[in-house]
Amino acid sequence: MASEAVAGRRSAGHRLADLFHGRERLQVGALLAGPVGWLVIGYLGSLALLLVAAFWSVDPLSGSTIKEFTFENFESLVNEPVYRDIVWRTVRTALLVTLTDAVIAFPIAFYMAKLASRRGKALLVIGILLPLWSSYLVKVYAWRTLLSANGAINWALDPIGLSGPGYGQTAVWLVMSYLWLPYMILPIYAGLERIPNSLISASEDLGASPFTTFRRVILPLGFPAVVAGSIFTFSLTLGDYITPRLVSNDQFIGNVIFSNVANNQPFAAALAIVPIVVTIAYLLVARRLGAFEHV
Amino acid sequence: MLLRAAVVAGLAFIYVPLVVIVIYAFNSSKILEWPPPGFTTHWFSQAFENEAAREAFFTSLKAGVAASAIALVLGTLASLAVARHRFFGRETISFLVILPIALPGIVTGVAISNTFTQVLDVPLSLFTVVVGHATFCIVIVYNNAVARLRRLSGSFEEASADLGAHTWQTFRYVTFPGMRSALIAGGLLAFALSFDEIIVTNFTIGAGEQTLPIWIYSNLFRPHELPIVNAVAVLVILISIIPVYLAHRLGAEEGGATGGRGAGGGVETEATAVP
Repeated sequence: MASEAVAGRRSAGHRLADLFHGRERLQVGALLAGPVGWLVIGYLGSLALLLVAAFWSVDPLSGSTIKEFTFENFESLVNEPVYRDIVWRTVRTALLVTLTDAVIAFPIAFYMAKLASRRGKALLVIGILLPLWSSYLVKVYAWRTLLSANGAINWALDPIGLSGPGYGQTAVWLVMSYLWLPYMILPIYAGLERIPNSLISASEDLGASPFTTFRRVILPLGFPAVVAGSIFTFSLTLGDYITPRLVSNDQFIGNVIFSNVANNQPFAAALAIVPIVVTIAYLLVARRLGAFEHV
Repeated sequence: MLLRAAVVAGLAFIYVPLVVIVIYAFNSSKILEWPPPGFTTHWFSQAFENEAAREAFFTSLKAGVAASAIALVLGTLASLAVARHRFFGRETISFLVILPIALPGIVTGVAISNTFTQVLDVPLSLFTVVVGHATFCIVIVYNNAVARLRRLSGSFEEASADLGAHTWQTFRYVTFPGMRSALIAGGLLAFALSFDEIIVTNFTIGAGEQTLPIWIYSNLFRPHELPIVNAVAVLVILISIIPVYLAHRLGAEEGGATGGRGAGGGVETEATAVP
């Protein structure tokens, strides 16, 4: 009885397998139906709806959404100086953080790729991976305590007569540079690892000083990897609203989106278009600079 | 020499804040002051006894398991299509899969919340959180699986088919065993990513529900709760780091590695992505 059921099932499995046998299109279709359905209908569909919702508005009296086309949200986004300031502050911080991380990450990545022993390399990779994956919120919170008035930074700087930056825009820059640093180190490391050592030796043999080798050989070849890393530092900064909330009183794009999402979803949607447009523009530039071979 | 100093300074910069939180978690004082006046494990037992924190922990666990299960299925299917077949639009799949983490997390959050609340009229809940998490976790499983499939020769599968195995048998006895450790690594990473995610979660969670990061976030501004928050924070660090370490070991044994947010893309052959 039981074995009959098993036999029946197995033959059904066989029949199904026969159906797929040699039919590549059917196989691909079956494999992709789930993931593509989820990502195209679910995710891209949601993004499209977000774009549509950005042109809706909210009835000020009832608080309900009016699903009629209007430019209202974008008008206030462009015309009110407070939003212009917020967008500029966010983009400026993103650029500054990206630059900072590139400068700190490059020597570390270079050491990992070209100077460390095999064992040292493995240790450094895991040493940078683990904090990258450890809780984002906890890291921001850690900085909030470090930067607080009676925190460790002021305690360490006090004997030499200095004090930490406290909460504010400098703190946001510092904390974000901290948070996204591993995202910059790893792609640069991967990119530098691919530069053949023989190129560096050749440059030295031809009489180049270490600085010239760095400027004329390593930097140009490693640059696309820096751009690849910058995609993450840039996009992560644009979308962060927790860090500004925890270590400053400043508003970033994300904060305004978050504070509007409950009461004025269409305006939040319009605001969310800003990071999408900025990110896409950045991705297009990054592609021209050859970053995508490294992502 | 100068470079080595830079590396040491860089690593110190990366680790000091984490170490400080661990020290604070054992701080005997009720207020956060540096340096701590003494040490105690009192706050850990307080944290375990905290009803809301415990509930939030299980909510995070549920979200992480459900999201990584969905990501495992969808990521594996997509990887098999891309690594083993040729079809129109194949290049687009990688782009599609990576998009949810390439765009700022807040965009994913608003988009999903907008779709559920404004269009579908589905109230936010743990279910909507899982949908959001699964969306950005697919890429992690996918990247691990594709990297592994590229290294596994397709000729084993051809041999299996030539010997008369049908599609399903070939997958069951040839392809899957080869992929298994990459899938476990991908699943672990997806779980780690989901467990401590807050940016998207904040937009997709229902009223009255809390994941552990949301619990931490809502208690951050209550000074008398901070000692317990510190202890919970240390637990969250451990729970997010242990799966990553295990995944890295799994990858290393098979000659691969774990990377970050697609960023690690090239870290060795098997790489992945984070929040």
